[in-house]
Amino acid sequence: MRSLSRLTTAGVLGAAALALLTGCLGSSGSGDSGGQDANRNADAKKVELTFGSNSVKGGKSSAGATFISDVLIPKFVAEQKGKGVDVTVKFQGDGSDDEVYKQKLSLDLSNKSGPDLFQIDGIWVGEFAQANYIKPLTDTVGDAAKVDDWDGWKQIPDAVQALGSYNGKRYGVPGGTDGRVLYFNKKLFSQAGLPADWQPKSWDDIISAGQALKKISGVTPIQINAGTAMGEATTMQGVLPLLVGTGATINSDGKWLGNTSQLRQVLDFYHQIYSTGLGDPVLQKEAKGRDKSFAEFAANKIGILLEGDYFWRSVVEPKEGVAKMPDRDTAVGYALIPAMKPGAGVKGQDFVSMSGGGATVINPNTKFPQQAWEFLQFMNSAEMVKESLAGAAKITQRSDVNSEVLKNDPMLSFVAGKVLPITQYRPGLAEYPKISAALQQATADVVAGKSTDAAAAAYQKAVEAAAGGKDKVTSN
Amino acid sequence: MTSASAPPVPAEPAPGRGPGGGRGPARDVAGLGVGRALGFIAPALLLIGAFLIFPALWTIYIGITNYRLTGVEAVSPSMVGLSNYTRALNDALFHNALWLTLLFVLGSAIIGQNVLGFTLAWILRRARPAVRRTVEALTLLAWILPSTVVAYLWVAFYDRDGGTLNSLLGTPGTAWLIDHPMLCLVVFNTWRGTAFSMMLYSSALQAVPPSQLESARMVGASGWQTLRDVVFPHIRGHVLTNTLLISLWTANDFSPFLLTKGGPNHASETVPVYIYNVALQGGELGYSSAISFLLLLANLLVSLVYLRLLRRRS
Repeated sequence: MRSLSRLTTAGVLGAAALALLTGCLGSSGSGDSGGQDANRNADAKKVELTFGSNSVKGGKSSAGATFISDVLIPKFVAEQKGKGVDVTVKFQGDGSDDEVYKQKLSLDLSNKSGPDLFQIDGIWVGEFAQANYIKPLTDTVGDAAKVDDWDGWKQIPDAVQALGSYNGKRYGVPGGTDGRVLYFNKKLFSQAGLPADWQPKSWDDIISAGQALKKISGVTPIQINAGTAMGEATTMQGVLPLLVGTGATINSDGKWLGNTSQLRQVLDFYHQIYSTGLGDPVLQKEAKGRDKSFAEFAANKIGILLEGDYFWRSVVEPKEGVAKMPDRDTAVGYALIPAMKPGAGVKGQDFVSMSGGGATVINPNTKFPQQAWEFLQFMNSAEMVKESLAGAAKITQRSDVNSEVLKNDPMLSFVAGKVLPITQYRPGLAEYPKISAALQQATADVVAGKSTDAAAAAYQKAVEAAAGGKDKVTSN
Repeated sequence: MTSASAPPVPAEPAPGRGPGGGRGPARDVAGLGVGRALGFIAPALLLIGAFLIFPALWTIYIGITNYRLTGVEAVSPSMVGLSNYTRALNDALFHNALWLTLLFVLGSAIIGQNVLGFTLAWILRRARPAVRRTVEALTLLAWILPSTVVAYLWVAFYDRDGGTLNSLLGTPGTAWLIDHPMLCLVVFNTWRGTAFSMMLYSSALQAVPPSQLESARMVGASGWQTLRDVVFPHIRGHVLTNTLLISLWTANDFSPFLLTKGGPNHASETVPVYIYNVALQGGELGYSSAISFLLLLANLLVSLVYLRLLRRRS
């Protein structure tokens, strides 16, 4: 009898688990919205939307979070009130590491939940689209004309529109773009006898400035992100800007870049910096290394730092930055990133940069697709985009706004006028995250003291595995 | 659900194994039938099924697919058989994680918490109650504080610039978490978990008959002999149980992530941290589920060995 009850128990549990398992198998990964009516709730008088973003007041991208919750949402609510619609928009801020935010969002979306509108990195659009987490705007909104006739598209350059597109279809409205530059501390530069209008013309110029800075005690001359702890920041603020300075891009003619002379040149440059005391190898290994590098730069302990305009806007920003510098405008200089040698950069350029950016997309499972599209248009109207700048140097998505606000902001006009014309974008391919991880590992190996050749050989193996075969990788 | 061997006899006590004697019939209390008994435990069963058994089965299933959270594999994952497991066999980073986990368990649980916990309990057993309570309260603080809080306290303690440890040792600029990540983790986890072992051994030592200790003293046994021949036989079960518990907790502990993220360069990437990195940084849920299942198997194996040892004791 006892064994029987045990058997029964086991049987009941097993059956329940199996039922659950097979039930889930059936629905697993069917992330499509099942042909819902795009005009559902189009005439609703009471509307509730949530807006998700990886930003939080007083923390990550604080200015953006403040704008959305304190300006954008109230204005949209007021505008809708005028139409007799009672709208509530809830801001769902996050503020964690980008990778963590991405996985959290993916989990929500795979369960058909998540915010009605959310911001994602342009590099994720392809992956999210492949997973059916997001749909082309014309599908979600249901009326191609309604989407395509929005007058905002004419103001957004094609290169920027690509940040919200995949396979030639628009999935979301891009939220502007950015560019990477070399920041330098003018106070330390004057101590080291370096010019306040410094503009290096080659990697050697960076090294020699570093050697001059090395004479000041307690100062780390150069910070070029390296290692695995910093994640994508190592790729975007380290390897890729250097790589395009050698004339190579990470993916060309359908092949990923493997162990090539250009990659080894980049790793040699890392080796030069981190084995001669020009950079701080320990910082590249620390779990919070990037945050620490921000704090050290703000405390006048780092001379030269490669970062995006995000750094100017959200890190050393005097009022809301995570590592405030009250004297930012006088103490921080910025210069173009030079190619390895003049003319050695991609397309024969003397100077290079990398750009990225995000997009705001609509959740296909929203109850209010029409109202979400209205919010998206409202958010990307000239008036709102201009308001979102509120003292931030940011290349907006809209040319009309850029041309108007450029003249008031030297940093903004520098990025828009000097950096964007020479910049490169990452390939929006599904294998990219793995390739990026392999690049991070290669720099980690070099910083840890491995030889350039050994690190590059290991990288080649990792890329072949990620790309799915030798024939998809270039090496020389 | 009837069968020939067990016809349902609801109103009468079912035949037990012996004539009502021995251990007494633990089943069919008050003449409950199996069905009704099941009804009583159904809520618990449902919870266990939903939150323990189903996720475990689900993990096993995901582990034989190439499921990811994004990309094509999120929509239509394909069955890949045991290839995740063969990959684990050849994955140098996974082997590295296994060794580090073993080192972490050995260093901080089996040796660190056990030895320190017992020593404290042994020293405190004759201390005045007030002293004992104070020490217990202080060590318990480390045990009851949220692990995130404790972890960040230790990050600050180990910090290269302005960390307490460097001021104490007069070693400014030493990056402990970078130069000796595993040592740092072992010390941190020993400190955090010692309280539990101490409490457990304190109560275990109460069970040692004072008369035996007295006799040992009379025949002039050394402290070590007394421990080995008098105290240990009484608390062997406690030692085994405690070691098993803290080993399993440590093997599955995620707090190393908070101190080092598994770095520098995988030097402190224990299995749970590796699982996290594979799943959430790399997005490979299929592979990470396979490794999770391997970790579960390893835990089960360890538990079985301990249970064997425990039985042999009696």
